[in-house]
Amino acid sequence: MDLSMRWLADYVDCKCDIKKFCDEITLSGSKVECWGEEGDFLSNVVVGKVLSTERHPDSDHMFITQIDVGEAEPIQIVTGAQNVNVGDYVPTAKHKSTVLHEGKKVKITKGKLRGVASNGMLCSLDELGLTLHDFPYAIEDGIFILGDDCDKTVGMDIREAIGFNDKKVEFEITSNRPDCLSVIGLAREAAATFNVPADIKEPKFTGIDGDINEIMSVEIHNEKLCPRYMCGYVKNVKIGPSPRWMRERLRASGVRPINNFVDITNYVMLEYGQPMHAFDLRYVDGAKINIRNAKAGESITTLDGVERKLSEEMLVIADENKPVAVAGVMGGEYSGIMDDTTAVVFESACFDGASVRTTAKKLGMRTDASARFEKGLDPENTFPALMRAFELVEMLGCGEVVKTYIDCDKSNKNREGVVFDPDWINSFLGTEIPAAEMEEYLTRLNFTIKDGKAYAPYYRIDIECKADLAEEVARLYGYNKIPDTIIRGVAEAKLTRKQKFDRNVTAAMLGMGVNEITTFSFISPKYFDKIRLPENSPLRNVVKIMNPLGEDTSVMRTTILPSVCEVLARNYSYRNPECYAFELGNEYLPVEGEVLPNEPERLGVGIYDTNGSVDFYTIKGIVEELLKKCGAPEYDVARPDENTAFGEAAAFHPGRCAVITANGTELAIFGELHPETLENYGIGCRAYAAKVNLPELMALCTEEKTYKPLPKYPATTRDISLVCDDELPAAVIEKTIRKAGGAILEKVTLFDIYKGKQIAEDKKSVSYALTLRSHDGTLTDEQADKTMEKIVNALKEHGAELRM
Amino acid sequence: MTEQLKEIELKAKEELSHAADLKSLDDIRVRFLGKKGEITAILKQMGKLSPEERPVIGQLANKVRADIEQAVTSAQNAIKSKAAAVKLEAERLDVTLPGKAPKLGNAHPLNATLAEVEEVFLGMGFDIVEGPEVETDHYCFEALNMPKHHPARDTQDTFYINENVLLRTQTSGVQIRTMEKMKPPIRIISPGRVYRSDAVDATHSPLFHQIEGLVIDKGITMADLKGTLEMLLKRLYGEDTQLRFRPHHFPYTEPSAEVDLMCFNCHGKGCSMCKQEGYVELLGSGMVHPKVLEGCGIDPEVYSGFAFGIGLERITMGRYNINDMRLLYENDMRFLEQF
Repeated sequence: MDLSMRWLADYVDCKCDIKKFCDEITLSGSKVECWGEEGDFLSNVVVGKVLSTERHPDSDHMFITQIDVGEAEPIQIVTGAQNVNVGDYVPTAKHKSTVLHEGKKVKITKGKLRGVASNGMLCSLDELGLTLHDFPYAIEDGIFILGDDCDKTVGMDIREAIGFNDKKVEFEITSNRPDCLSVIGLAREAAATFNVPADIKEPKFTGIDGDINEIMSVEIHNEKLCPRYMCGYVKNVKIGPSPRWMRERLRASGVRPINNFVDITNYVMLEYGQPMHAFDLRYVDGAKINIRNAKAGESITTLDGVERKLSEEMLVIADENKPVAVAGVMGGEYSGIMDDTTAVVFESACFDGASVRTTAKKLGMRTDASARFEKGLDPENTFPALMRAFELVEMLGCGEVVKTYIDCDKSNKNREGVVFDPDWINSFLGTEIPAAEMEEYLTRLNFTIKDGKAYAPYYRIDIECKADLAEEVARLYGYNKIPDTIIRGVAEAKLTRKQKFDRNVTAAMLGMGVNEITTFSFISPKYFDKIRLPENSPLRNVVKIMNPLGEDTSVMRTTILPSVCEVLARNYSYRNPECYAFELGNEYLPVEGEVLPNEPERLGVGIYDTNGSVDFYTIKGIVEELLKKCGAPEYDVARPDENTAFGEAAAFHPGRCAVITANGTELAIFGELHPETLENYGIGCRAYAAKVNLPELMALCTEEKTYKPLPKYPATTRDISLVCDDELPAAVIEKTIRKAGGAILEKVTLFDIYKGKQIAEDKKSVSYALTLRSHDGTLTDEQADKTMEKIVNALKEHGAELRM
Repeated sequence: MTEQLKEIELKAKEELSHAADLKSLDDIRVRFLGKKGEITAILKQMGKLSPEERPVIGQLANKVRADIEQAVTSAQNAIKSKAAAVKLEAERLDVTLPGKAPKLGNAHPLNATLAEVEEVFLGMGFDIVEGPEVETDHYCFEALNMPKHHPARDTQDTFYINENVLLRTQTSGVQIRTMEKMKPPIRIISPGRVYRSDAVDATHSPLFHQIEGLVIDKGITMADLKGTLEMLLKRLYGEDTQLRFRPHHFPYTEPSAEVDLMCFNCHGKGCSMCKQEGYVELLGSGMVHPKVLEGCGIDPEVYSGFAFGIGLERITMGRYNINDMRLLYENDMRFLEQF
C-alpha cells in the first residue's frame, strides 16, 4: 500500500517529520517498507515562460528560444520541439539540472547546438517522469505546455508548480488489517499512534430527485457470499479527465488515472478501502442486477479483454441474461465506462472473502479489489464509500446523482464484545499497565468499553478474543517497553539417541577429511536415468510435487545418490581437483496406504580425487571406519545380488561395488561409480560413492562401550603365505583363518597380494600376519604351532595351500 | 713404579687427545686398561713390592686407572656429541616448507551455525524435536489457525503433493504434534528443512531451514518471550546486540511480533546495508494463539506460551558475510573449505 502523505494530511496532522512518522507508525504495527518523494530525480527544473522563438539558422527543425525563468535576464535554449509558442509556460531544465532520460537520471549542462549556445533544455512529460495519464492535455511528442491546473509562477520549482512533490510511504499491511489498505484506515492508525485527532467527515451529497427503483432493481441470490449490495445511479454523465488533485493522489498511490468515473471508483477504494465498481446501465439487460452463482458453461470477457470460463462456485454480477462482472474481482469488458456513457451505476458491495479468493485464484487474476475483499471487509463499509462516490461526482461536477439508492442488506448487525480484563492482559504481557491507561489506548483505537467488554469499531474484523485486546494495548503501550524476563522454573534438555548418533556420524566423517554438503531434497525424475536405475525400480515410485518450480525440482528424492553425484559433477565442472563430500539427509519413500511418506535418514558420500590417490578401498575404508566408530556389530561385505534392497546398485561398477550386511539387514552400499553414471554426469575421472542407512545402522549399534583389560602376556606373530584361486574372496580366507584360529588369534592383517611369476595364471598369492596371544600365560611355540596347523588345514578346504 | 704409572697416565691422556673416533678410543682403553693392558702389567708386578709399598702403589694404580677411565669416557662423550652435532647439522630442514597433516573435513556453514543455536537452547532447557517434511495441510496450516482460503497462506507459497499433503512451509507442524503428545511444561525447538515456491536467487531458495521454538507453561508472558529471544540473540551476535520488537501478524500467535536487529554498520541511523532502515528484520514470534492451544487440547485459560521462528540461512549468511544464498546449496569445495 502506497500512501500519499498529502492525502493523509486531509485527515490527520501528526505534527512530525516523515522519518519520525515512519518510525513510530512502524512500531505501532503498520510497517513502513520505505518512503520517498515523487520526482526526486528532478533538480533545478523550473517554470519558464517563452518570450521569443526563432528558427535556428543552421537547422531546419530546431528553434532558438528565450525563456524567462524569473532571473534578471532570460536564458537562451535551443529546442527541437515543434509545439512551443511565445507565451507558453514550459518546464525548463537550467544549466546543471537533472531530468529523466529513458528512465534514467541524467544531468543537463549548457552547450552549443549547431553553433548556437543553449543554456538548458525544455522538457517533455517523459523527461519529468510523467505520462499522458498525469496530464491528459499534453501532447505525446512535444514539450509539456503547462495548463491552467498548474502554477505558472515563473522560476518556481517545476515539481511544486505541477504538484509532483508528494511524499509517498510504502506500507506492508498484514492480512488481518484490510482496513489499513486505505488512506482513512492509516489516518486512524496514525491518529492513535501520535495521540492526535483524526478528522474523518461523513461524506455528503445533495442529489436530484428520482426513484432508483424505477430505474433499476437488485436481487441477491446468495446471501452468504454477498451479505450487502448497494448501488446508486448517476445521470447526465460527462466523461472526461479528473482534476489534477485527484490524478495526483492516484499517481502517488500507484494507480493510473483513466477518466473521472473510473478515477472516482479507484479514489474511493484507496480512501475507504472499499472496492467500487462503475458500469454503464445501457449494457445491463433488463436493468436488473442479479448477484448469483455462475451457471455451468457461462463465461465472461473481463475488462482486460480476456475471455474467462466461469464455474458454478463463482459469484457473478449478472443482468437478466449474462454475467456482467465477476463479483469482487473484475468487471466485464462490455459494461465498462465508455467515452459515450451517459448514465453510470456505482456498485458498493460486500462479498465473502474466501469465495473471492478462490475465484480470483482459479481465474488467475488478482486485482486491487480482490486483494481487499479476500481479507474480509465489513458490510458497513459499503455505505460511506457509496456516499463518498456521490460526493465526488458532485464535487467534480461530472453528473447528477439520483438521491435515492438501493441497499440490499442481509448482513448480521450483531456485534459481540470481547471480555476486557486488565489484570489478565497484564499477566499475559508481563506488564503493569494501569487499567485506565489500557482503556485510553483502546478508546484511541475507537473501541467502546461497556460492562467489562470492549467493542471493536466495525472495520476491525480481526478482534475476536482477549489476546487480540492484549495486542491492541501492547502495540500502543509499545512492545519495547515490555520488560525482558527469564522463563521461571528449571527444565532439563537432552539430545535423543538419534541426535547423538547423527552428531557422531558427522564427527567421524569430518575426521576422515570429508566435507559436509547440503543438497535439495527434490530432484528431477530424469536423475533416475542418470544413475541407471532400472525402469521397474521401486525407487522410481516418488512423492511428486503438483506445482514444482521446474522439472529439476519436481519430485522428492527416493535416493540420496543423485544428490551426491550432482555435487561431484558440479565440483568436477568447476575444475576442483578433488571432492570429498557427505550429507546426512532424508529420502522420501511413499508408503502404500499411508498419507505421508516414510522419511528415513541416509548418509550419502561421494569422492573423487584427480591426483589419483583414491580407489575402491578408500570408500570402503571410510564406510568401515565409520561403522567401527559407531559401534556396529560384525558384518559381511559382499557383492550386491539381485535381491538387494539397494536399488542404486546399478549406478555402480559391477565389479567394484559391495553391500554391507549385519544381522540380515543391509546397512550400506558403496563402490566405484559405473562408467556410464560418470559419463551421464560429465565426470571425467573415476569417482566413488556410498550410501549408509542410518536408522538401520543405529538399531544395530551398541551405545555402551566397556573397557577390556589390556593384555598381560606378550603376543607372537606368525606370517603365512598362501596360494589359492584368484576368485577366492579375501573375506572368505580371513573368516576361515579367524574361525580356525579361535580365541588366541587376536589379529589378522593382510600384507601382500601377488600375482605373476611363479604363480599359476588363475591363482594368487596372499600373505597375512597373524597375531596370537593367550590371556592365561605366555604362548608357547607348541601352542602357536598347533593353532597355525589348524588354520592351514582349514584353508586347504578352500583350496588354499601354503606357498613354499 | 710410581714413575711408570704416572708416565702411563700421561701417555694415555696424550694418546686420548689425538683419538678421532670411538674405535681408536676403545683401542686406547684396551691397551691401557684391558686385561693385557699396561696397568694390568704393572699390577702384576705388585708382588715384588714390599708390604708397605703395596697399598701405596695399589692406590696409585687404581687412581691412575680411574683417571684414565674417566678421560676415556669424557673423550667418548666429546666425540659422541661432536658426531651428534654434525648429524643434527646435516639434518637441518627448511622449516618453511608446507606441513603434512591428515585432512579434516569441514562442517557445512548452515550446520555449524545450527549446532551453535542448538547449544544455546539446550542450555536453556529446550529439547530438540524433529518431524516430517512432507506434511499434511492440517499440521502445516489448519491447526495453526489458517483454514483453507486464509489470506495469510499467500505469504507462504506452498508446494503441494495433493490437496491435503504438502511440503511444510514452516516447522510449526512439529510444535502441534508435540503439543498433542506432551503435557505442559513444554520447551522445544524444531529445526529443519522447509519449502516455499520461491525461485532461486541471491536471497531466495525453494528449500531453506528454519528453527522454531515453543514454550508452554502456566504463567508464560510476552516479557518471557522478549527475554528469551534477547538472550539467544545476544549469544549469537554479541552482548552489545540491540533488538527492536515490532507488532506484526501471524495467524498462530497473538500478539505477534517481528524482531529487528539494529544494523551493526550504522547503529540504527540507516545505511545502505540496512536499506536505510537502521534495522534488519530477523525473526517472527508471538504468544501462541488461544485457538491453537485449544486445538491441541491445552486449556488457554490455564496455560500460555510463546513461539518464534528464525531463518537459519539468514543467521548463517550474516555471521559469515555470505552474500549469495545459492552458495550454500552449490557445495563447491572451494566454498565449503573456508569454514
